[in-house]
Amino acid sequence: MSQNFRLNTGGLINRDKPIEFKFNGKKYIGYEGDTLASALLANGIHLIGRSFKYHRPRGFFGAGVDEPNAKMQVEINGCSEPNINATEIELVDGLSASSQNCWPSVNFDIGAINNFLNRFFPAGFYYKTFMWPKSFWYRVYEPFIRKAAGLGIASLEKDKERYEHKYEYCDLLVTGSGPAGLASAYAAAKNGAKIILAEDKPRYGGTLLTDDVTIDNLSGKDWSEKIISELKEMPNVIVKNRSQVFGYYDHNMMVMFERTGDHLEKKPKYTPRQRLWYIRAKEVLLSTGSIERPIVFGNNDTPGVFLSAAAKEYMKVYGVLIGKKPIIFTNNDSGYETAIEFKKNGVNPIVLDTREDQNSELINEAKDLDIKIKFSYAVIVAHGYKKVKSATIGKLDKDKIDFENTEQIDCDSICVSGFWTPTVHLASQSGNKLKFNDSIDAFVPDKSKQNEHSLGAANGTFTLQDTLKNSFNTGSEVSKSITKKDEKIQIPNTNERKYSAHDKFWCSPLPKGKNYKRFVDFQNDVAVSDIEVALREGYRSIEHVKRYTTLGMATDQGRTSNLNGLQLVANVEKKIVPQVGHTTFRPPFTPVTIGTIVGREIGKEYMPTRKTPMHHWHEKNNAVWVDAGAWKRPRYYKRGNENLFEASKREAKNVRDHVGICDVTTLGKIDIKGPDSAEFLNRVYTNAWLKLPVGKARYGVMLREDGIVMDDGTTTRISENHYHMTTTTAQAANVLSHLEYYLQIVWPELNVNVVSTTEQWAGAAIAGPKSRDLLAKLFPKIDVSNEALPFMGYIEGDLFGVKARIFRISFSGELAYEINVESDFGLFMWEKIIEIGEEFNIQPYGTEALSTLRIEMGHVAGPELDGRTIPYDVSLEGLVSKKKDFIGKRSLVKEAFNKADRQKIVGLVPLDRKSSIPEGSHLVENKNAKLPNPKLGHVSSSCWSVENNNPFSLAILKDGKNMIGKKLFAVSPLKNTSIEVEVMSSHYVDHEGKRVRS
Amino acid sequence: MLNIKCPYCGDRSQKEFAYGGDGTITRPKLNQEISDEEWDNFVYLRKSPRGKHIELWHHIAGCRQWFKVERDTTTHEIFRTFKPEE
Repeated sequence: MSQNFRLNTGGLINRDKPIEFKFNGKKYIGYEGDTLASALLANGIHLIGRSFKYHRPRGFFGAGVDEPNAKMQVEINGCSEPNINATEIELVDGLSASSQNCWPSVNFDIGAINNFLNRFFPAGFYYKTFMWPKSFWYRVYEPFIRKAAGLGIASLEKDKERYEHKYEYCDLLVTGSGPAGLASAYAAAKNGAKIILAEDKPRYGGTLLTDDVTIDNLSGKDWSEKIISELKEMPNVIVKNRSQVFGYYDHNMMVMFERTGDHLEKKPKYTPRQRLWYIRAKEVLLSTGSIERPIVFGNNDTPGVFLSAAAKEYMKVYGVLIGKKPIIFTNNDSGYETAIEFKKNGVNPIVLDTREDQNSELINEAKDLDIKIKFSYAVIVAHGYKKVKSATIGKLDKDKIDFENTEQIDCDSICVSGFWTPTVHLASQSGNKLKFNDSIDAFVPDKSKQNEHSLGAANGTFTLQDTLKNSFNTGSEVSKSITKKDEKIQIPNTNERKYSAHDKFWCSPLPKGKNYKRFVDFQNDVAVSDIEVALREGYRSIEHVKRYTTLGMATDQGRTSNLNGLQLVANVEKKIVPQVGHTTFRPPFTPVTIGTIVGREIGKEYMPTRKTPMHHWHEKNNAVWVDAGAWKRPRYYKRGNENLFEASKREAKNVRDHVGICDVTTLGKIDIKGPDSAEFLNRVYTNAWLKLPVGKARYGVMLREDGIVMDDGTTTRISENHYHMTTTTAQAANVLSHLEYYLQIVWPELNVNVVSTTEQWAGAAIAGPKSRDLLAKLFPKIDVSNEALPFMGYIEGDLFGVKARIFRISFSGELAYEINVESDFGLFMWEKIIEIGEEFNIQPYGTEALSTLRIEMGHVAGPELDGRTIPYDVSLEGLVSKKKDFIGKRSLVKEAFNKADRQKIVGLVPLDRKSSIPEGSHLVENKNAKLPNPKLGHVSSSCWSVENNNPFSLAILKDGKNMIGKKLFAVSPLKNTSIEVEVMSSHYVDHEGKRVRS
Repeated sequence: MLNIKCPYCGDRSQKEFAYGGDGTITRPKLNQEISDEEWDNFVYLRKSPRGKHIELWHHIAGCRQWFKVERDTTTHEIFRTFKPEE
């Protein structure tokens, strides 16, 4: 394919390197340095997609982030991504793009019938149409909307690309490398400030690349190259292209999106595709420039209609003509720059200027070049369906609300210039209330809220001389206050053309009897008539008009439509724009991929994985894992074809009959030291702690201030002023914070220190009738008899040369011990116990068997301590001291906590002794009662009792104390079960607790 | 993301901290006779002021110290951070 619209010379592309790419299945050639947009335009492709609502043919309109139409499905390296802006993506070999929102093809799109039915698609169409009947929503409306709306198609494949996050700190972040950005960064860098200069495009320089100006006798492009290369040499400066600062958050936290991979022909391994930067900047200089405003006219969305600055950029940067017979439709001098550029490239444009004939440098230059100019003229309507073929133009009357005469002229493109809108998004995000500047008809930043300064066009300064002066000065001033250095910089001389005043003309009137669609927002298909309907229907606030019409709500954030929309509302409401106000700017300024936001936090990197020192042993022994917070714990150890139920039953039974070993490293462990430790524990736990002797452990319950049980566990007095506390695995972090809070904030007079030692100790529980025999073999030098080491005793020992802590505590209700060694010796301990335990039939058991053992013993755990139960509810009231005060005690006298029929923990057994009761089942008296059936309680934990060989559950039941022996139904609407159960004591095994003391 | 100056460690990102609620609440003394209403006020009632607010933060991924922050709840401006005893 030949590039018919490529100029023979010029542009910043690399003509030595042609690149082949595909669009809608067809092959084309572009050059290195092209965007997908410029390469398509070089090939004369204008029709690139269909509009969102009416499926009207759409073409390119802008040349960068201003582009509302050119959203494409793009495939690079086998990775398909929707809604890519063709004006921003760089051309690489093998890139394949296709149009969106059209079927069967962009040339023939059935959805275009919407265009002819548009009277049925008024503003607020969705709100009006899909209201009722309710039953239609899932079956009819939602599938319809999903099909009709939506742009591209998200890939269902896993994203194979790599994305990264990076944190950076700097004195000054400069956003944009146009004249303002370069000047301010340069001045600040000279003062030694640490700077990040971010440029969204691949090329630095901003408007300096396209404007006909000189700085110190260098062209804008050469000057920007000189400054950039100097900045790159400076060690205190980071210069980044392809980097969009898209969010301004609290305390000068800026978030930037860097495209690191997509433009590379061959991406080195481990180079991310995109990178997200979190930058904390002391000061932010916003040099984001401005975006040209369109002028609204009939069928102004026809392919071939461009922003005039975009047309100029395509010529100057890419050497591409967007048309060979252009109309330049302008209300200010900018359009003339585009006209002159066309003329220089051998194209004869015609300029329609809404202003009267006047003298200005640019107009005179255009006249000298014999460019045809019609003053007081406007485009009324563009003709042509898939491409502009001609336009009806007209001479405006004095008030510019009607036309004196009209004529139709041939053209292949229309370039509009309605003056400039400062890009104030980041300033607004920072909290800066914007103010309206009447002389440029646009909002500019007002007083800074955070440490931010807007410079150049972003601040409404449109001349190069003023921009450079202000930017050098601001860069200098701001950095001086940080680095205390003051390097004097000579502000360069500039040569630029002077602009004459623009015309406040933003929309062509409709001739009588004509109702051409005049679009304000291209991406969301919002026309002048839609906004008028919204206003007629009573919407007044601009925020409401926006939501009702969807004006400015597309991915382009209304960059080209917001101000024209405000003008229209102001006109109809007979107000001025500042009275209408503006809608809120929110991050991100440009769309950001989800992959970038997520970064490396995917899959197993989503959160840290905590492994115990015995992890690999479990792995080798067929552990099936369960997540306990960040920990991996063996749920059971699979033997042969066993399932969870069979394995856990075997493991639990082996504990009851012989001896089992369980990895309890994950339990929270807190080391407590200091002379006031006993007093502190006495305040934290509900029971008495002052008299616990050295070498003894005690079970404790702690409450929140509202009387609800927070956690339970054992604490052991290691020495006079040294305690070892254990918490549940889940609550370990909360308990530590809780203790620190009381020590640091509430009772700072207590001399106590706490520190987490969860990671420092590996723990193994050995439980079962044979556990003492095993212990004796593990510690032959220690007397482990019941007398020497009774229940709740503690002793230190030597485990084959390793210092060990031995606690006689039990979670299973069996005779049991817990052995702790320093983590490094955890595996050693475990393997020794397994080795020596062999003769006692030792088996490892996982969390499932652990649960079974504690449930049938009636020991409470997380499902019962669910943040809704007080000690009484879980039968721990015996541990609540009447004598002393402690955290949460005052709440326990509450009336509701002391009602006669207060809920209490009970045991449940199914009458048939067979059916397992699903956890979460509701307990009701009559399963057939009319709804709402009063709920008496819920099933908290269920197991298969290995001791009695039938199912057993724990439940929290209303008036549980007096319900023993009653028959109820446990119903689970989720599992669709209804099981008749008998209420009994929560202790199903060893009521008197003999075994633990045996 | 806020930038919080831990009085012990210096400027750190909000990511390192946990919010701890109203910093002006004083827990009643142990064994103190106290009415139901006073106790309920302490346990449950918190003001949600618009503007300046003294609150507790916990440097949970740092020095693990609790400290106080004077912050504007609407603008997130932090006026000062200080140790609990200050």
